Amino acid sequence: MLKVSVYRYNPETDERPYMQDYELEIPGGRDVMVLDAMHLLKEQDQTLSFRRSCREGVCGSDGVNMNGRNGLACIVPLSEVVRGNRLSLRPLPGLPVVRDLVVDMEQFYSQYEKIRPYLIHDAPPPPERERLQSPEDRDKLDGLYECILCACCSTSCPSFWWNPDKFLGPAALLQAWRFIADSRDTATSERLAQLDDLYSLYRCHGIMNCVAACPKGLNPTKAIGQIRNKLIASG
Amino acid sequence: MSVKTEDFDALIIGGGGAGLRAALQLAQSGLNTAVVSKVFPTRSHTVSAQGGITCAIQSDDPDDRWQWHMYDTVKGSDYIGDQEAIEYMCREGPKAVYELEHIGLPFSRNPDGRIYQRPFGGQSRDFGRGGQAARTCAAADRTGHALLHTLYQANLKAGARFLNEWFAVDLIVSGASGAVCGVVAIDIATGDVTALRSRVTVLATGGAGRIYQSTTNAHINTGDGMGMALRAGYPAQDMEMWQFHPTGIHGAGVLVTEGCRGEGGYLINRDGERFMERYAPNALDLASRDVVARSMVLEMLDGRGCGENSDHVMLKLDHLGEDVLNARLPGICELSKTFAHVDPARAPIPVVPTCHYMMGGIPTNIHGQALQVDDEKGDSVIDGLYAAGEVACVSVHGANRLGGNSLLDLIVFGRAAGLHIEEHNRSGDLPEANFSEEDLAPALERLGRLERQTGESVSQVREELQRIMQNHFGVFREGDFMREGIAKLDTLRGALDNLAVSDTSKVFNTARIEAIELQNLFEVAYATAISAERREESRGAHARNDFTERDDENWLAHSVYHPETRTLGRRSVNFDLNHIESDEREWFEPQQRTY
Repeated sequence: MLKVSVYRYNPETDERPYMQDYELEIPGGRDVMVLDAMHLLKEQDQTLSFRRSCREGVCGSDGVNMNGRNGLACIVPLSEVVRGNRLSLRPLPGLPVVRDLVVDMEQFYSQYEKIRPYLIHDAPPPPERERLQSPEDRDKLDGLYECILCACCSTSCPSFWWNPDKFLGPAALLQAWRFIADSRDTATSERLAQLDDLYSLYRCHGIMNCVAACPKGLNPTKAIGQIRNKLIASG
Repeated sequence: MSVKTEDFDALIIGGGGAGLRAALQLAQSGLNTAVVSKVFPTRSHTVSAQGGITCAIQSDDPDDRWQWHMYDTVKGSDYIGDQEAIEYMCREGPKAVYELEHIGLPFSRNPDGRIYQRPFGGQSRDFGRGGQAARTCAAADRTGHALLHTLYQANLKAGARFLNEWFAVDLIVSGASGAVCGVVAIDIATGDVTALRSRVTVLATGGAGRIYQSTTNAHINTGDGMGMALRAGYPAQDMEMWQFHPTGIHGAGVLVTEGCRGEGGYLINRDGERFMERYAPNALDLASRDVVARSMVLEMLDGRGCGENSDHVMLKLDHLGEDVLNARLPGICELSKTFAHVDPARAPIPVVPTCHYMMGGIPTNIHGQALQVDDEKGDSVIDGLYAAGEVACVSVHGANRLGGNSLLDLIVFGRAAGLHIEEHNRSGDLPEANFSEEDLAPALERLGRLERQTGESVSQVREELQRIMQNHFGVFREGDFMREGIAKLDTLRGALDNLAVSDTSKVFNTARIEAIELQNLFEVAYATAISAERREESRGAHARNDFTERDDENWLAHSVYHPETRTLGRRSVNFDLNHIESDEREWFEPQQRTY
């Protein structure tokens, strides 16, 4: 029997959050994903709330904290996180909790919106034809566009915990660089100017929790470094 | 019980590819619109699409023609795809794909800077005479992710309004006018119920693959739009047509793109034999999905499957080399390691045909307007209701969808619905939405019945439903066995009105949402079962052991399921060609279908 301890909080009935213990029998003793275990828990207890959708690590719904580590429950097998037959499940740290494992992502999304996450270009595109982009220029977007907005990185970042309203956080900054790096985007100088204050970018202290947490193997710290270099070069 | 009301000109239900493309059109129109999505839009299932979007943009082949794409699609549909709609999709497609590039979609590129295209199943040049085509535009093997995020970003830029994590419960149908006047919806975060009044409602709620036990579909694919339409008494078309994708990872159900075979991968049986050589000597592993899926099942039934139980075959990719795999199929390498514990650069991936796509849906015209179908009086537009994407049956996929055509369907017809609503607004033709309190009663009563704390278990009823569908309505079907399945569904129906929801809180009550989703799944499953049992022939994805041949005399037609009588009618296939030269028309007549 696996011992699972789950963060519970229902604003309608609970004055404060608490940890609830469950015992879980995994059918066949198989090494299932943490999300599968969460579904088994929900069969025991319908009142446990969490988000999930694709169950294959591409939609970014089920970011949770598993034995102290942020990740996507659907692609982390129990064997990777369970220690001493115990698993503790908590919501992503640093964001307000709506209920149980569901966090309020508003702050995270609004930081994303601040970097203007869309292509900006001066000239109208060619009619009935794509803009051209060399494979080398397109390669510069690899490791950036794959972000799934799961918030595992930003909610593992002490600087984001401290200043979630002013520091953009690793996820938004990775996307800021994704558009600066895109040869089709013409707003580079405006984008850089927007980041050039005390908080937006420069609160990153290179702790690199974001890199360890990213379930897609992306590297926000590197992207932040590239933005800094570009800012310095542009004087 | 009285509920608060909010007013809109247009509501889009669903934040996947079709919904976001329609929303983008309407956000630029000045209409008061909102997207109602039960998940944050980038969590929608479009995000899982991998291989690409098929379209004759003449990048790989400067001589490519949309007419050839159309030929492939008509043939792939086993001739019950509506040709007017297929023509519209293939012809308008390039415009819609270029628009995606213009708003930022990071397509992979060719050395000349144009969009990269890869070969996909069922594709040909020159009306089947010129060999394999490469027509599927790709962003590595993450095209759906790139498409959905790009559309969401463009909607942010356009200032679209989103009601995220709002769940649409039922359509509001005016008893006085018969028009659809919006939806009753739950704000999941607060549990509050609101009547969203709207002059037009676009259903873009996607598929319902969760009616089966083994599916590539996300947990959220529960046929909510279909459930809403069927409960309102509107018909569903071609619901027996479910695509089983040849390559779902054995055990997990996770999708492995057809692009793997497009890039040169192939299937082998337990003897290491490339068995598709026997079933489709020309197209081999890039035959249509229905053909490949059936060949795989036959191999397994004949004892040539892999594993102790002969219950899967293998997808071989290691011969492509690590460079190709990393550049073209990086997402597959990741998924294969996570879910099959196999590195495709070294060993083959265990795969099995897995429920993937609903070809059927709400019948619409090419503007996305939903249709009421009367066996005698013919088609009429349902005022105020549109449908686009997988929930709709326009019908461009007929009895079998070609790979890469679903993303094209989403953006072409999401765009078409948006354009049509814009136009109707300009000409002052948008209907007025007026409903009475009585019109809200069915939805509110239904919600009221989900406040019982004792009764049937949602998860057990869902499992039973999925087991019935998997066993009785799978890749191969048979009359007696399907009738047994229908009897089991009839028994199960009683449980649907007696579900226990032991979570009584309002805030983020996912138990309540899952109960409503289960009711939607059931409606879709039942429509599927009746349609499958009544279509007495084999066509496209619908293969029967008791009627093994295609029967054009009786069944070159859409099936139309009427929910109120639970009966099946027929509707003619549209063969109107508006832009095909007369000397090429013969290519679109029903022919024997071989690959």
